[in-house]
Amino acid sequence: MATHSNRITATFDRLRRQRKKALIPYLMAGDPSLADTEALVVALEKAGADLIEIGVPFSDPIADGPVIQKAAERALRQGTSLRGILRTVKSLRTKTQVPLILMAYYNTIMAMGEREFSHEAIQAGVDGVIIPDMPPEEADPLQQASADKGPCLIFLLAPTSTAARKAEVIKRTNGFIYYVSITGITGAKLQDKDSIRHNVRALQKKAGKPVAVGFGIATPDDARQIAAFSDGVIVGSALVRKIEELQHSPDLIHGISRFTASMKAALSGNGVD
Amino acid sequence: MARVPVKQSRFGKYGGQYVPETLMPAILELEKVYARVRRDRSFQREFQDCLRQYVGRPTPLYFAKQLTRTLGGAKIYLKREDLCHTGAHKINNTVGQALLTKRMKKRRIIAETGAGQHGVAVATIAAMFGLEAEVYMGTEDMARQALNVFRMRLLGAKVIGVDAGSRTLKDAISEAMRDWTTNVRTTHYLLGSVLGAHPYPMMIRDFQSVIGRETRRQILSAEGTLPHSLVACVGGGSNSIGLFYPFIKDTRIKMVGVEAGGMGLASGKHAARFAGGVPGVLHGTMTYLLQDRHGQVNSTHSVSAGLDYPAVGPEHAMHHDSGRIQYTSATDQEALEAFDLLSREEGIIPALESAHAVAEVMKRAPKMKKNQILIMNLSGRGDKDVNQIAQMRGIQL
Repeated sequence: MATHSNRITATFDRLRRQRKKALIPYLMAGDPSLADTEALVVALEKAGADLIEIGVPFSDPIADGPVIQKAAERALRQGTSLRGILRTVKSLRTKTQVPLILMAYYNTIMAMGEREFSHEAIQAGVDGVIIPDMPPEEADPLQQASADKGPCLIFLLAPTSTAARKAEVIKRTNGFIYYVSITGITGAKLQDKDSIRHNVRALQKKAGKPVAVGFGIATPDDARQIAAFSDGVIVGSALVRKIEELQHSPDLIHGISRFTASMKAALSGNGVD
Repeated sequence: MARVPVKQSRFGKYGGQYVPETLMPAILELEKVYARVRRDRSFQREFQDCLRQYVGRPTPLYFAKQLTRTLGGAKIYLKREDLCHTGAHKINNTVGQALLTKRMKKRRIIAETGAGQHGVAVATIAAMFGLEAEVYMGTEDMARQALNVFRMRLLGAKVIGVDAGSRTLKDAISEAMRDWTTNVRTTHYLLGSVLGAHPYPMMIRDFQSVIGRETRRQILSAEGTLPHSLVACVGGGSNSIGLFYPFIKDTRIKMVGVEAGGMGLASGKHAARFAGGVPGVLHGTMTYLLQDRHGQVNSTHSVSAGLDYPAVGPEHAMHHDSGRIQYTSATDQEALEAFDLLSREEGIIPALESAHAVAEVMKRAPKMKKNQILIMNLSGRGDKDVNQIAQMRGIQL
């Protein structure tokens, strides 16, 4: 497996030294347009995002709830494609060094070709990839294609994951582990924070890699509570819903910055825990 | 951990288990439980009993004398899956999976449906086994198959309309997978065709193979010889693989799968995956997929809701590449003509899905010799389509 000394690892290392937690917002590329995505990424970083997840729209997103499904439909109506997104990332790299992680369904990567994708993603300045429908069982082709010089492959674990699966993901994941907080799809309601804490702590002990938690983190209060025991929080549907509300408004960038800053403030509140 | 399933979960390079981590443990449990019952005599006996007593098997292999005479070539036999309880082959698989659900001690089943035949079979079997059933169905399909929606509700199932995407079978499967992801601890996803992550395509093929096993016995007893050709329609591909699989090693037997040609291949409005698709990943499996060059799944069209799906079972993808099975298509128009022909010649109203296979028989039989035998799988009956046909002809029922 590749050992990447890239922006993701460097960021988590820095945060750990500063005893801070990562704020990882997710937005859908091309929603409402790729030009907006570019401006939003810059604004997110200014507002305090430590890493940023960029969704690649797919026609049939089985792991996503209605908010992100609709965002994907809006993005696809704009003609957003993976190649277009990589061009946007390339352009972003002249403005920011914030770690950028793509979240893509396997078919969009397969359509480009695993090898070509790995190459193009690194060339553009992508640091990591999360593929919700690629469990370790199906990861070999992309993992081989990206060995040494591709982006980090970030795997997910869920409340239903068995001990054997946790061990496999710990071995394969690069950058961090994406812990899915709920048995469900994105945007569902967060429940039973005690059991999330229990699972995340146990995972951190075994993994020796950062564990970020996503799915269902909607409010600054959610973020603060989850950050208390994890290395980072991923905020997806809540932010995408905000973008949907403001998509036609001149206040889009400002509104998203304010929302992100409120999340950041919640995290900073318990930076030392 | 990853090594063993990687090898066993594929048909050549197709198949696999492309599902979210949340579902993987359930998929692996299903794989384990199925591997056990596959060799378990008591399970197989219970399955066979249920097929005999409740489904009404074996279904007849009927010599279609009129159709044979009219087309003037091969001797045409019809495997009468339309005579199964609930009116289609779909029930075979639901019986098998309902028995599995009981063994896994789950109380709730969910399913997708296109034409409504699988949904009705699920609602039926849920009523019989005392399981709670919820069926996802695209709202476009609910409109064209209103009769089956009502049947499911009569049987006590909850039908949930899916308004996303193209509002057809593809979107119903996506929504069922989301429900399964959320309720995986208590719920079994009773998938209706040879699609999805391993072990579904293999397991559903096994449950449907009863069609081909009976056919083999019946044709040997009727004619003393094996058939020259087999024909079946291919949506996901469960009725066709069910007929073909027990003959697959008899390499002299021609096998033809008929996809939905919709408004013609040139129009782009069809569901002919082998004519217009390339390998991709959808709903947990790698297979031929109708998609654009960016990997976005295309919307499909067919007059028949049951064939209106952009991907095909991974085992079919393998047999396509090897040439063991030949795939062709019939247009909406050809299927509608075949629908009329079978109704009038044989007094059998076929499902619009099966009418695609009839259309291929109409092209193929006349070119064959009179002593050659052609068997077609009549996968379902057409009562459910009568309203839609009347509407297309401007008749108010």
